[in-house]
Amino acid sequence: MSTFSPRKLLLAVAAPVLALVVAFLVTSAILLLLGDPVVEVWQTILSWPKPRQLVQIVNGATVYYLSAVAVAVGFRMNLFNIGVDGQYRVAVFAGAAFAGQAWFPGPLNVLLTIVVAMVAGGLWASIAAYLKVRRGISEVISTIMLNAIATGVVQWLLLKVAVKQQGSNSISTKPIPESSQLDGLGLIPGATNKVYTLILLAVLVGALYWFVINKTRFGFDLRATGRSESAAVASGVKVPRMVVTTMIASGALAGLIGMPLLFGQDHSYGTTFQAGLGFAGIGIALLGRNHPLGIAAAALLWSFLDVQSNALQIRAGVASEVVFIIQGVILFAVVIAYELIRRADVRLEQQRVARELAATRSDASTPEGATA
Amino acid sequence: MVGRDVLRPGPTNHPPGLLSGPGRGVVAITAAPARPDGTSDAHPAVQLEGITKRFPGVVANKDIGFSVARGTVHAIVGENGAGKSTLMKILYGVQRPDEGSISIDGRVVDLHSPADAIAAGIGMVFQHFQLADNFTVLENVVLGAEKLHGIGDAARREITRISDEYGLDVDPDALVDDLGVGARQRIEILKVLYRGAKIIILDEPTAVLVPQEVDELFDNLRELKSEGLTVLFISHKLDEVLSVADSITVIRRGTTVDTVDPSSVNARQLAELMVGAELPTPQTEESTVTDRVVLRIEDIVLAGAGAGRNVLDGISLTIHAGEVLGIAGVEGNGQAELVEVIMGMREPTSGLVFLGDTDISDWRTREIREAGVAYIPEDRQRHALLLEAPLWENRILGHQTEEPNVRGFIINSAGAKADTERIVKEYDVRTPSINVKAGSLSGGNQQKLIVGREMSHQPKVLVAAHPTRGVDVGAQSSIWDIIRQARRDGLAVLLISADLEELIGLSDTIEVILRGRLTGTFDPDTVTAEDLGAAMTGAAANPEETR
Repeated sequence: MSTFSPRKLLLAVAAPVLALVVAFLVTSAILLLLGDPVVEVWQTILSWPKPRQLVQIVNGATVYYLSAVAVAVGFRMNLFNIGVDGQYRVAVFAGAAFAGQAWFPGPLNVLLTIVVAMVAGGLWASIAAYLKVRRGISEVISTIMLNAIATGVVQWLLLKVAVKQQGSNSISTKPIPESSQLDGLGLIPGATNKVYTLILLAVLVGALYWFVINKTRFGFDLRATGRSESAAVASGVKVPRMVVTTMIASGALAGLIGMPLLFGQDHSYGTTFQAGLGFAGIGIALLGRNHPLGIAAAALLWSFLDVQSNALQIRAGVASEVVFIIQGVILFAVVIAYELIRRADVRLEQQRVARELAATRSDASTPEGATA
Repeated sequence: MVGRDVLRPGPTNHPPGLLSGPGRGVVAITAAPARPDGTSDAHPAVQLEGITKRFPGVVANKDIGFSVARGTVHAIVGENGAGKSTLMKILYGVQRPDEGSISIDGRVVDLHSPADAIAAGIGMVFQHFQLADNFTVLENVVLGAEKLHGIGDAARREITRISDEYGLDVDPDALVDDLGVGARQRIEILKVLYRGAKIIILDEPTAVLVPQEVDELFDNLRELKSEGLTVLFISHKLDEVLSVADSITVIRRGTTVDTVDPSSVNARQLAELMVGAELPTPQTEESTVTDRVVLRIEDIVLAGAGAGRNVLDGISLTIHAGEVLGIAGVEGNGQAELVEVIMGMREPTSGLVFLGDTDISDWRTREIREAGVAYIPEDRQRHALLLEAPLWENRILGHQTEEPNVRGFIINSAGAKADTERIVKEYDVRTPSINVKAGSLSGGNQQKLIVGREMSHQPKVLVAAHPTRGVDVGAQSSIWDIIRQARRDGLAVLLISADLEELIGLSDTIEVILRGRLTGTFDPDTVTAEDLGAAMTGAAANPEETR
């Protein structure tokens, strides 16, 4: 992984590019079949975004990035945390309720809220971890169930603590004090809106994720468990403990997903808070191959498609939901492409090893059996 | 591709599925058109010509050719990795040859799948049995072949008939779980006969048997032969081959070296044909056993699942510095569990494990490994390697907390890589680089990497389970050298093996394990494989102390 070679880079880039091409072709075919204006659709989606939209893309990607990293931590050890969605909603609700109380001044309130959200997300995830380790229940099943339960729990608690908003039917937690609201960063010139301040949090999370997974003993154990649980056990990894730690870490990271939205945009948690971020994270982690930079690229692409599709209705007369088809086909194609490329990679390397050994063997005369 | 004028039943001629092939209609096809009935002896039962199979970068089979006469036992011998398995997969339709032709009874056949092979009258008994333990013999036999004789009395009558005709001694209503290895193998043979096979391939059938069971199997094979069936027998055990085969084909490095008459060769000559050089033998030098106890196990009990008997039942062992203690036993008698208990991967129900004077019974695997217990697991691909990770990461595996792999909590990849280079060099791991995936190496080179890794942390104890299983002769002899060196260096070695030659050649003491108990102690200088075999099955009434 750490050794650079052009072959590896090519293989890494080939799959996503292939998937994008396939998605382009399939979507075009569908549009053609339905008699929609193909050219206009692509012109709209592929036009260069305005500064305002650029900010929206970056902001959307920030949230997606956090979500995908939360999922990727589990993926690296073959732990399928489908419950990121429930975890982030429980966490952002807890965080919003805490922050709204304004027990602490300005920035301290932000920091402590982030901690509260991480704890809440981690705790919610620990239920699934406990069920897996102690009762042998697949985390896929339990986290899906917990997503549904999270919806109910958050709804119920929201009704208890909610304040009614003026002139609206929606309810939400008490808004956070102005001193704790984050105005954002004016990173993109010419835009009236601003990039979430907590994009810095996403960058920090990405860097930490890379470091912990690739450079630490814990990360090695985690990856070993993901590659072969039986070999990890024999090497001395306590797998149940790894499951618990990783699941809670994933939940705690899921707790961060709602933070940029809470501090930079909504300022409270209510019925209108953005939903479904956890599920998007699963796809983005897959597309980004669980790699910190790959996920960043995937998150930007996802957000780009989201934002660019907004204008479809007006400019091309096509429902903006067509973007879900594009995203779906990309995912479908990329999963297949990764598997094909992986197999090709294994085969190529075996060939190369055999070839190079055959070359050296003809020099040496010691007997050595072929891999038959 | 050769063989266009094939007698291949089209896919529509038989129901889909691997085992559901041999319906009556299909059997009729093999017996059909040109030949009315009563197969002529003019044609050999099986004839292979110019079979070549290439895998990426490796030629597994090259221009293989031999013929097998009907009603004979034909052995195919060759060392591990010589290409026997590939050849058998080709004959059974699992893989297709790149070149060459297969003729059955004088007709060229084109085998696309095992279903085609079954339809052509070829049956295969795999080394690893494919039986459902919780089913009866009858249920196992009819599974997937329900169309032949139903699943009731007709099937039972047919099974009994086959069993009587070939002397297989199989009770259709016995539960497979209650049967021993030998009986299970006879069920596998009966399964292929039930499906109408006239040519039976046995892949390393004696690997799982003790000598007494081997004799019974050979009696069965002679019975099959006398009834006009043809048996292809794959093995690398030369004595067995010489005693049962009518003809022997030797394969070396993927190609047929020669086909010989067993009466005209001895084991030595056969071995030289197989290897193309002198065979290494596992011989230790003079004893290096000291009186310093390094590993001691006291009364280990491991309860079985549910109310079953104990998997380990009061095992006590002592291994001294410089001693190799061999454990002989038929697979599945508790060896794997014993190793897992010692390595801390499994919690025993009761009993103690001491390393020197330290009680390590409650230690976890990592602590045990850190304390100097080197571990060569029996299944290297599942327990000792990350196949998709590079060699240098595999060098870290199992020693994630030790120098030179880590510095504190941080992985020291430079240190690990440098040390991997050293291991590759010192232990002769054949690889172009330490950055290739472990899965790209051959079995023998994977094992040399594992052994090198385990010997790199000043171990006091070496637990080696089947250390030379599935490796080529070259790797085998270097692994034997390493074990001998470990013994000279004063390690306590626990050697578990199914290879009795290896056990007798390397061990200072041999213990026999049977149903979770140690049933006898033998001196490798005086014991024979037959004695061990008797003790391994419990045939010896009272295992005698020969020391």
